Amino acid sequence: MKQKLITILALLLLGASFSVYASPAKDRAALIKYYKKILPDIKFHDYIYGALAMNPDAKAQYDDIMSFPPYGIDLDKGKSMWETPFKNGKKFSSCFKHGGKNVAGNYPYFDNTAGHVVTFENAINACLKKNGEAELEYGGKQMGLLTAYARSLSDGMKVNVKVKGKAALAAYEKGKKYYYKRNGQLNFSCASCHVQSAGKFIRSDQLSMMIGQASHWPEFRGGTKITTLQDRFKQCQKNMRAKPLKANSEDYNNLEYFVTYMSNGLPMQTPVFRK
Amino acid sequence: MRIKTTILFSLIASLGLASMAFAAEDGRSLAFDKKKGNCLACHAIPGDPKAEAAGNIGPPLVNMKQRFPDRAKLRAQIWDATVANPNSVMPPFGRNKILTEKEIDLVTDYVQGL
Ligand code: HEC
Ligand code: HEC
Repeated sequence: MKQKLITILALLLLGASFSVYASPAKDRAALIKYYKKILPDIKFHDYIYGALAMNPDAKAQYDDIMSFPPYGIDLDKGKSMWETPFKNGKKFSSCFKHGGKNVAGNYPYFDNTAGHVVTFENAINACLKKNGEAELEYGGKQMGLLTAYARSLSDGMKVNVKVKGKAALAAYEKGKKYYYKRNGQLNFSCASCHVQSAGKFIRSDQLSMMIGQASHWPEFRGGTKITTLQDRFKQCQKNMRAKPLKANSEDYNNLEYFVTYMSNGLPMQTPVFRK
Repeated sequence: MRIKTTILFSLIASLGLASMAFAAEDGRSLAFDKKKGNCLACHAIPGDPKAEAAGNIGPPLVNMKQRFPDRAKLRAQIWDATVANPNSVMPPFGRNKILTEKEIDLVTDYVQGL
């Protein structure tokens, strides 16, 4: 009898924890299903191309540009930042597993001890701090160039963001809520454009789907303008006539956590060109 | 004297016509202006040759008199599209004061003529 009770209790607990932890996976599956329905011609692995996947001419132009990218010199600057030793002789590679190769796809992750989301940029600054160096400005050009190179060491790695535990789930839920909440004078949410209107044209811009948006940052917009993912959040919010937040604010980090989780399973490629 | 009245009358009439044309022109430029209505962001306007590079998030604005015989309904759609459809992505131009009441009247006049 007692054993039976324990079994039932254990099953109940398992069920409860399952229903909690299953929700991001369910969200993602539902969204993939939705995009398949509204954009049946686009294959899952092409989601990383966003709006380019919807327009063969634009994609062909993009392929041309990517075969000889205009940002080569900028990327070299990022590389030399990554490789230049700190005053103590150590390098960035000392702060990351495998010297920084195939790690960027694990970010952002939820740090249970700190109780918040840690972005790749946070890990870069933590590394600088640990080695007695000045931290870089979030959303600044230096951070952009450095991470453009540092993330390229993870090219081909699948985005692998995990949401485990109550606190992590709460951060994910906050990011999700932000994504779906309407704000600004024009009354848009992120989802108004990238979920509800994905594939449609707003003026002459075709709207990308959320899944696949997070696997290729930073981007060089217009060829040489380095743009981080959170810079892009700001640009979209300006277009919505909403007040953009600060880079590395808790809301943006949670938003990045949610948006990047949705790109799970897709290969990283950094940096890329966008118009 | 009689001739004079006629001239005066036609003058007034043409002035009236001109101001009506101006109103439509104003409504159109408000509808096109990216900082104002920016209706073209989402709606094609096939009946207006100047309406270029339009988006397709909303339905094309055509046969408006037929589809919206009641001007008040058309104005209400522009004032706050989320009343008729809470999930609408169309910005609530009146409720959120994106356009003034006067500007909404002008845009409504323009759209009704499409
Ligand atoms: C009014 C429409 C609109 C809204 C609302 C909007 N965006 Fe965008 N967004 C765009 C357009 C247009 C582009 C450029 C074309 C594209 O890639 O979709 C874009 C691009 C992006 C990109 C870059 C995709 C890439 O691969 O380069 C990201 C990321 C993004 N948006 C995230 C967001 C987030 C997060 C929000 C909410 C805070 C948001 N957007 C709200 C219109 C919008
Ligand atoms: C961001 C997208 C967007 C913008 C900008 C926009 N609309 Fe709309 N509009 C829509 C959508 C979507 C619908 C479909 C019905 C709904 O969801 O409200 C619509 C519906 C309409 C309708 C009803 C059409 C019908 O056949 O039922 C009218 C009229 C209209 N819009 C006028 C305007 C005018 C005028 C402007 C500019 C002042 C404007 N819209 C700006 C998205 C937009």
